[in-house]
Amino acid sequence: MNLTTNYLGLQLRSPLVASASPLSDRVENIKRMEDAGAGAVVLYSLFEEQLRLERRAMDHYLTQGTESYAEALTYFPEPTEYRTDAQGYLELIRKAKEAVEIPIIGSLNGTTPGNWVKYARKIEDAGADALELNLYTIPTDQNVSGAVVEQTDIDVVAAVTSSVTIPVAVKLSPYFSNMANMAKRFTQAGAQGLVLFNRFYQPDFDLETLEVTPNVLLSNSQALRLPLRWIAILYGRIQADFAATGGVHSGEDAVKLLLAGANVTMTASALLKNGIEHLAVIESELRDWMEQNEYESVSQMRGALSQINCEDPTAFERAQYMKALTYYKVVL
Amino acid sequence: MVAEYMTLDGNEAVARVAYKLSEVIAIYPITPSSAMGEWADEWGAAEQPNLWGTVPKVVELQSEAGAAGAVHGALQAGSLTTTFTASQGLLLMIPNMYKIAGELTPTVFHVAARSLAAQGLSIFGDHSDVMATRATGWGLLASASVQEAQDFALIAQAATLAARVPFIHFFDGFRTSHEVAKIQLLDDDILRAMIDEELVFAHHRRALSPDNPFIRGTAQNPDVYFQARETVNPFYNNCPGIVQRMMDRFGELTGRQYKLYEYYGAPDARHVIVIMGSGAETVHETVDYLNAHGESVGVLKVRLYRPWDAASFVEALPRSVEALAVLDRTKEPGSSGEPLYVDTITALFEEGRDWTLPTIVGGRYGLSSKEFTPAMVKAVFDNLKQPEPKNHFTVGIYDDVTHTSLDFDADFSVEPDSVVRSVFYGLGSDGTVGANKNSIKIIGENTPNYAQGYFVYDSKKSGSMTVSHLRFGPQPIRSPYLITRANFVACHQPTFLDRYDMLSEAMPGGVFLLNTTDHHEDAWDKLPQQVQKQIVSKKLRFFVIDAYHVAKESGMTGRINTVMQVCFFAISGVLPRAEAIDAIKESIEKTYARKGEEVVAMNLKAVDNTLDNLFEVRVPETITSTVAMISPVPETAPAFVRDVLGTMIARRGDHLPVSAMPIDGTYPSGTTQYEKRNLAQEIPVWDPDICIQCGKCAMVCPHAVIRIKAYQPELLADAPPTFKAVDARDTEWKGLQYTIQVAPEDCTGCGICVDVCPVKNKSALNLKAINMCPQEPLRAPEAENWDFFLSLPETDRSNIKISSIRQQQAQQPLFEFSGACAGCGETPYIKLITQLFGDRTVIANATGCSSIYGGNLPTTPYTYNAEGRGPAWSNSLFEDNAEFGYGIRVALDKQAEQARELVQLLAEDIGSELANSLLTADQREETGIYAQRERVVKLRAKLQNINTPESRRLNEMADALVKKDVWIVGGDGWAYDIGFGGLDHVLASGRNVNVLVLDTEVYSNTGGQMSKSTPRAAVAKFAAGGKPLAKKDLGLIAMSYGNVYVARVAMGAKDEHTLRAFLEAQAYDGPSIIIAYSHCIAHGINMQTALKNQKAAVDTGQWLLYRYNPERGEQGHNPLSLDSRAPKLPLQHYLQMENRFKMLELTRPEVASELFEEAQGDVNMRWALYEYLATRTFGNGSNGSGQGE
Repeated sequence: MNLTTNYLGLQLRSPLVASASPLSDRVENIKRMEDAGAGAVVLYSLFEEQLRLERRAMDHYLTQGTESYAEALTYFPEPTEYRTDAQGYLELIRKAKEAVEIPIIGSLNGTTPGNWVKYARKIEDAGADALELNLYTIPTDQNVSGAVVEQTDIDVVAAVTSSVTIPVAVKLSPYFSNMANMAKRFTQAGAQGLVLFNRFYQPDFDLETLEVTPNVLLSNSQALRLPLRWIAILYGRIQADFAATGGVHSGEDAVKLLLAGANVTMTASALLKNGIEHLAVIESELRDWMEQNEYESVSQMRGALSQINCEDPTAFERAQYMKALTYYKVVL
Repeated sequence: MVAEYMTLDGNEAVARVAYKLSEVIAIYPITPSSAMGEWADEWGAAEQPNLWGTVPKVVELQSEAGAAGAVHGALQAGSLTTTFTASQGLLLMIPNMYKIAGELTPTVFHVAARSLAAQGLSIFGDHSDVMATRATGWGLLASASVQEAQDFALIAQAATLAARVPFIHFFDGFRTSHEVAKIQLLDDDILRAMIDEELVFAHHRRALSPDNPFIRGTAQNPDVYFQARETVNPFYNNCPGIVQRMMDRFGELTGRQYKLYEYYGAPDARHVIVIMGSGAETVHETVDYLNAHGESVGVLKVRLYRPWDAASFVEALPRSVEALAVLDRTKEPGSSGEPLYVDTITALFEEGRDWTLPTIVGGRYGLSSKEFTPAMVKAVFDNLKQPEPKNHFTVGIYDDVTHTSLDFDADFSVEPDSVVRSVFYGLGSDGTVGANKNSIKIIGENTPNYAQGYFVYDSKKSGSMTVSHLRFGPQPIRSPYLITRANFVACHQPTFLDRYDMLSEAMPGGVFLLNTTDHHEDAWDKLPQQVQKQIVSKKLRFFVIDAYHVAKESGMTGRINTVMQVCFFAISGVLPRAEAIDAIKESIEKTYARKGEEVVAMNLKAVDNTLDNLFEVRVPETITSTVAMISPVPETAPAFVRDVLGTMIARRGDHLPVSAMPIDGTYPSGTTQYEKRNLAQEIPVWDPDICIQCGKCAMVCPHAVIRIKAYQPELLADAPPTFKAVDARDTEWKGLQYTIQVAPEDCTGCGICVDVCPVKNKSALNLKAINMCPQEPLRAPEAENWDFFLSLPETDRSNIKISSIRQQQAQQPLFEFSGACAGCGETPYIKLITQLFGDRTVIANATGCSSIYGGNLPTTPYTYNAEGRGPAWSNSLFEDNAEFGYGIRVALDKQAEQARELVQLLAEDIGSELANSLLTADQREETGIYAQRERVVKLRAKLQNINTPESRRLNEMADALVKKDVWIVGGDGWAYDIGFGGLDHVLASGRNVNVLVLDTEVYSNTGGQMSKSTPRAAVAKFAAGGKPLAKKDLGLIAMSYGNVYVARVAMGAKDEHTLRAFLEAQAYDGPSIIIAYSHCIAHGINMQTALKNQKAAVDTGQWLLYRYNPERGEQGHNPLSLDSRAPKLPLQHYLQMENRFKMLELTRPEVASELFEEAQGDVNMRWALYEYLATRTFGNGSNGSGQGE
């Protein structure tokens, strides 16, 4: 049975990829992911804003209370070297590359066009096999139009793809007026892959403390419906690879997304919930299904139920109630 | 080869050399020498090699006594070893110093010479400490400037190796240790050329080694000890010659030639001053001036004070001298004269026999960094001109008691016009000092100019004022005294304008720069009248800038350093403006690059924005202002506060005469209430409508500015219009009114009260029952409300349930408005003691933060209640606090015993009923104590009628019949390290003392050095690479005695538990110890939300809460009650909240990862151990209580 797949020009031994999560912050976990069968690992995201905040916080706390009282002119040793400039992240890439055979994909969230490029180059120089751009902003300015927001994202992708030689994928949110158009434009801007979709921290209310508590909800299998739809729609129409992320908890989930057209399926929540070794369980379920359904390879499955290949292409474009009505008619 | 110049302070200059020349460095923090150890530790952590290419081993000990012992050991094992210390630290080294010298061991201790604690402690500079080591047999080499301090560090090391006499190399604490100056650096080649490798080998070959065994350190008897003591004489005889040879060699290598006794001045001088240390520079400078003005004077600078070389000393003096003044920077009460004076007489008597001896007088100057100026030098020379010069004089003070002082003309100045002199007034938090240090570097390193910077700090830790004194000039600067004639005065904080007379220091025609939020066109009219007058009369140029605005626009809220620095360069003309701006920008890029490009960008933006916002104000001819200067204390304050403390507050303490000072260090309690500091931009405002009256805000308030009272409604009749009151909620207080009042002018604005408030406004959840609001509009009405609040009677203590915080917090704090940091984590615990037991407590306080905010002049926070009772407080030393408190306890117990004996003896006379009730009184509760006090009043009345020796004695001692508590208070540096031996002994004694350990997990007062309490993985000074070992478990050690009450508390995690522990500790009739988690600015945390850190420490198991009560053991129960739950969060949650841990992750991620994991291991192990201890079967089979409530 052949599980190999191509993603961003890389030959992967398996379509099961560990997506960006806190689990990939140490080499030993990355090694475990490889041992559990991962086809590749996307590292956790390097957040430029976080680096900036860390630097400012460190600067603040190193100067707080200093030069005020004669006996305590400072409160900390002055560090000779700060690692607040992504060295830690880049070091992780280097070490991960040394430790594992599978491709290592860096992930980046920048704040300014110049720094997107700067950090992208650093990630490339550190040895990453590919780069995933994590477009992760919540536009809230009432005076900025959707078109401007979209163009900003496109510009970032164009700037990065033209300045690095490693393949670049773009991880998107589903919140564009016309996803198909944006997918096309990202591809035209140079993205070789689209990662569908990003999951945002969502605010929640703690009703005991009456505070706003932003957090990320771990996905469940139902979450895969959204990437399933869009990958199926875009497959064969957009010249890009597709990574499905969000909701891949079982072999069946992976199967569905591969049938929709995904080159790879990415998993984070299931590993956070069940442990890294759960990847092996997904793989074994995938193999079981393929065997039962007499599929020999992943490439054979890929896109078999996409919009262009399925029996009822309109199913992907209907809203929920339409589907229900159709069902009702058929039963009648 | 061109010598490299650098601007740095004396400590760094010395440490650079000492580090290079050492293999082992044993350190312990003490002001003002701590920075030398810190440098050594940082360089060691960064693996910088010494002269021989290896990284010196830098080790911290538990005390200076320990450091000296470790040094002794390392020397005996043959390593080149050093240490750094000062003051009491040096005293603790003395026993070892005798040994080290007796064994002819080469080493150098570098000492930032500092006063010794006598009538009061002082961190500042004089030679009292060094002079106390005169008898040890050590060489004493004095350097007088930053340049000399660096150079002598090398000369001393070279000399000790050759002479085998150990050396103290000393320089004046603060004046030299902290002065930033441009000096010529010593490079490794010079170091190598000075240090004879063979002598290093010889030192090594004398070491203890089993390969070449011998015994050193025998016990000797009357037959030979004396002779053996005399064997060292040749080494002492040879030593001065060796030192001079080293100085000569050094001169050849560097061009800087020094002499053991260096005469400077007129070759035929009639009047000469003998002096050592930085004062010699002042005399040198004044001699130049006086000789240029027709006088014939000189100075003999003493470099080598021990071994004393009388012949060389006399040889150095010109024969023309008729009168000699010997100045000592120390005091030896009761002596025949201070030491240098006595030695001078001896030398001249012994070696000057063929002379007509000059008149010799001795005088004292400069104690505790008292200013020593050319004016004072001139006064000393003028004294010598008198037919009978005053002897045993003082200079620099006004002694109106024994009339020792010389008068001097304060206006006399020798400062040349070529020197630019600038004075800057700033706040500690606004970055003024940092900016000035940077300016010195810019000028020192970018121009041929010499530069000098000296910085004067406040005695308070919150809202403290800093004054920077900067000199720049084409010649080396020999002016180790403050600037009193400035060409440039800058006021970085407009709030200083009406408090301090800053322009008295301005020279006519100089510049005054003011940072103000007023528009530049309004700025003139807003100035106080006195400031306007001086600007007009001195024809000062007046510039203004709104630096807050510029800083904010540039993204740097509050930090106005860069803005004000640009203004200085733009106006002062020290450098061409464009050149200066370029230099500042370059320096910004260099300084902040490590902190990230945003920090660089913000600062660069501030530079660009500054010039557009800097305005010169046209100064009118006339005075327009009616604004008066603010009196430092209210006119209604007691006379001593007004006249003495008020003068100190106004920064005029130098003018106070000897007669103004208490003779024995005794000061009145309760004086902070008179110093209204108005530090807070925002103060808390109570919302009575939603308040649930829980009392938490008052409990956590570090400065006791939030007060609670419950009182009769009719008392509100005269309340000011905005005074707030509501019905008291507690059933016991039914019918009473309840007020939470804030002291608006004493609040530091830390906001910790808002953070702890558990109530939220139902409609706007960002508001609580107490909220921060701008202080200025509230100042006047709230001050009136505060005064009214104080006039209300205190809540009746008998109607307060002290086990409940909501009521207990209505108890009056007898510790208020201290100078602790805003948001301090220690002071709420101390305040709690004073609320609960303050009227009957004696406090023994270890040196440290708590002794500084507790006892630093001018005003002190321990106060008294309406009956005049309150905590009696004293500080002995750092190392002996447990013993000090123990002594107090023993004495109080003895006095009580004596009083009881007398009551028994006089029982018939005073009546058996009264006598009996006095002797059997139950004083466990406060009501019992009050009843006993009433009995004592009755007793005294009875005693009036009995006139026997015994009755008079009983009358004197009767108060001893009332129970007294002893609280022994100190930080972790004391309890875990330097004072642990004593603490252990006192806990083991069984005496009824209460120990409070304010555990900040570092030596906070000296700037955050590691103690044994520092947790694993924390970055601290002396642990620059992260502490690799776990925190010591002091509580467990104390529990091992079985009869010690032990509690570990964290107010921010469980305040009721804290209260309970304090009550139980006090009630326990035996030793008790409370280890209190005290968050600290040295943790690198947000002080406003620091209680969340406390909670996180408990929730992650980093800090366990428990009480170990031996009384429960006596009842057959497990005495240990574990009062926090099993860790519910990973330790990372807590570590990520504090820069001390986070920093390790950002600097040494691999080490951080390991240590963080090990720290989690510590948590797991600790929990398992304590859980076992708390749940095991105990005594008669009773199960442990397990986890507490």
